[in-house]
Amino acid sequence: MLHIAQTALTLGCVYSLVALALFVSYRVLDIADLTTDGCFVLGMALSVSAAAAGHPFLGILLAVIGGGCAGFVTAFLQTRLGVPSILAGIVTNTGLYTVNLMAMGWSANVSLLKQSTIFTMVRDLGIFGTWYQFAVVFVFAVCSMILIRWFLSTRLGLSIRATGDNMDMVSASSINPKFTIAAGLILANCFTGLCGGLVGQMQKSADINAGTGIVVIGLASLIIGETVLNGRRSITRNIAACLAGNIIYRFIYAVILQTRILPIECLKLMTAVIVALAIAAPTIRANLAVAQRQRRETD
Amino acid sequence: MLEIQNLCKVFNPGTINEKTALNNLNLTVNDGDFITILGSNGAGKSTLFNAIAGVFLADSGKIILDGENITFQPDYKRSKYIGRLFQDPLKGTAPHMTIEENLALAYLRAEKRTDSFSRISRKEHEMFREQLKLLEMGLEDRMNTQVGTLSGGQRQALTLLMATIVPPKLLLLDEHTAALDPAAADKITDLTKEIVVRNQTTCLMITHNLHQALRTGNRTLMMSDGRIILDLNDEERRTTTVDELLKRFKEGASQELDDDRILLSSD
Repeated sequence: MLHIAQTALTLGCVYSLVALALFVSYRVLDIADLTTDGCFVLGMALSVSAAAAGHPFLGILLAVIGGGCAGFVTAFLQTRLGVPSILAGIVTNTGLYTVNLMAMGWSANVSLLKQSTIFTMVRDLGIFGTWYQFAVVFVFAVCSMILIRWFLSTRLGLSIRATGDNMDMVSASSINPKFTIAAGLILANCFTGLCGGLVGQMQKSADINAGTGIVVIGLASLIIGETVLNGRRSITRNIAACLAGNIIYRFIYAVILQTRILPIECLKLMTAVIVALAIAAPTIRANLAVAQRQRRETD
Repeated sequence: MLEIQNLCKVFNPGTINEKTALNNLNLTVNDGDFITILGSNGAGKSTLFNAIAGVFLADSGKIILDGENITFQPDYKRSKYIGRLFQDPLKGTAPHMTIEENLALAYLRAEKRTDSFSRISRKEHEMFREQLKLLEMGLEDRMNTQVGTLSGGQRQALTLLMATIVPPKLLLLDEHTAALDPAAADKITDLTKEIVVRNQTTCLMITHNLHQALRTGNRTLMMSDGRIILDLNDEERRTTTVDELLKRFKEGASQELDDDRILLSSD
């Protein structure tokens, strides 16, 4: 039981970085950034390849930088070449497939055997016992959250928030929206890349298809967290919601995995249904209210 | 000083919806001028503002502000020294950000050095508070309130403050009181006059209120068909009655109507 909780907490922390990235792109900038799936694998590929060559720390750094570059490409397509935002993400994502293969030396997966990762290094310190993986990802998650919270109240952060909030006022406030959109997307994808990098070294492997559905899972946990914490009331709450939502999602996942209430193959479908329902909830609620009133008043 | 030379803008050129919005327009605005602009719908008033603010590039002609040719400058760069208010009070503020954060964004324009990672300082906080007090709306005690929860009048007052917190070289007011209730509209009009006079701001104001046009500022323009058809200085305005203005206004408007009739009948 403890082991299940430990796994859920660890995975919740590490994948909260994707939720954090989506918070920046989807909530703050109001852009559905579909670079996420490919960007996650890019981080993973760079990190694991570098660790395989004996440079685990450099691997994490490369994952962050690689993610940022992917974000830049999407932003460039969108702001400089006029490609609609969703399409820009899909185009980058498609291109990334080849880049990711390249990063893994043209093979579909890379495994680490005896090479050390940042996780094994922390394990060898012997301080955290069996919780060493959790310790590493918890530190990364919390630091990232603090960093984002700080960043969003700096001048650049405020400008990025305003870009997503009211495009009309932004260019009237001497802010270049092209620049703020690019900065926001780069930042978001840095976190996605970091997440991929950490997951890769944790699992000691990178796989070309590891990113499928990451964006939906990230959104699901963001929305679960927002619902539980009433997270849209402030930035701090919303950031906390990324972590809380992801841990909750991982616990649900673990329960399904253990109890076999549902066949495990159904999980992606379940996730998709949860996300669709969560995003549709306000509309469904409004429609129901109207229908109810109509029924009452025609009686 | 703002100089506009031979400015032209045609929308949908070569189509059935072709519309000459600015027709070889020339205008010189002296420093400290407070100009009211009249004109029927479609006369080109807002198009003129959009051209000055850089929302689009004019087809031909030049815009020169303080000796600098800004014709090709993008809108976000011009907004460093051109402030603008719209009719819609929702347009000028970010609803999910607090009053203080909105002011901080507006105050970005003051930054000579662009330190992207600095935060709102205590000194700025106090300055925002003092400025909000001048609006006499109690907003200084609600600086952490999200702007989306304010009334239209309060939002427009905040937008006015944001546009002028760093005094701009030029302030463009596009019927900025038209969407407000009469009491709020009066309040915003008074605030506008007060701020413009205090800062000696050069200001252009579009209005549909003929009384207001003659009483406010020091010069009145009337536009029709993308041209300026009347330019009254302060002395001329004193001898002009609202009825005379209305007559000229109707002439301008009916001219456009006649043109439309020709267009329609020739189809």
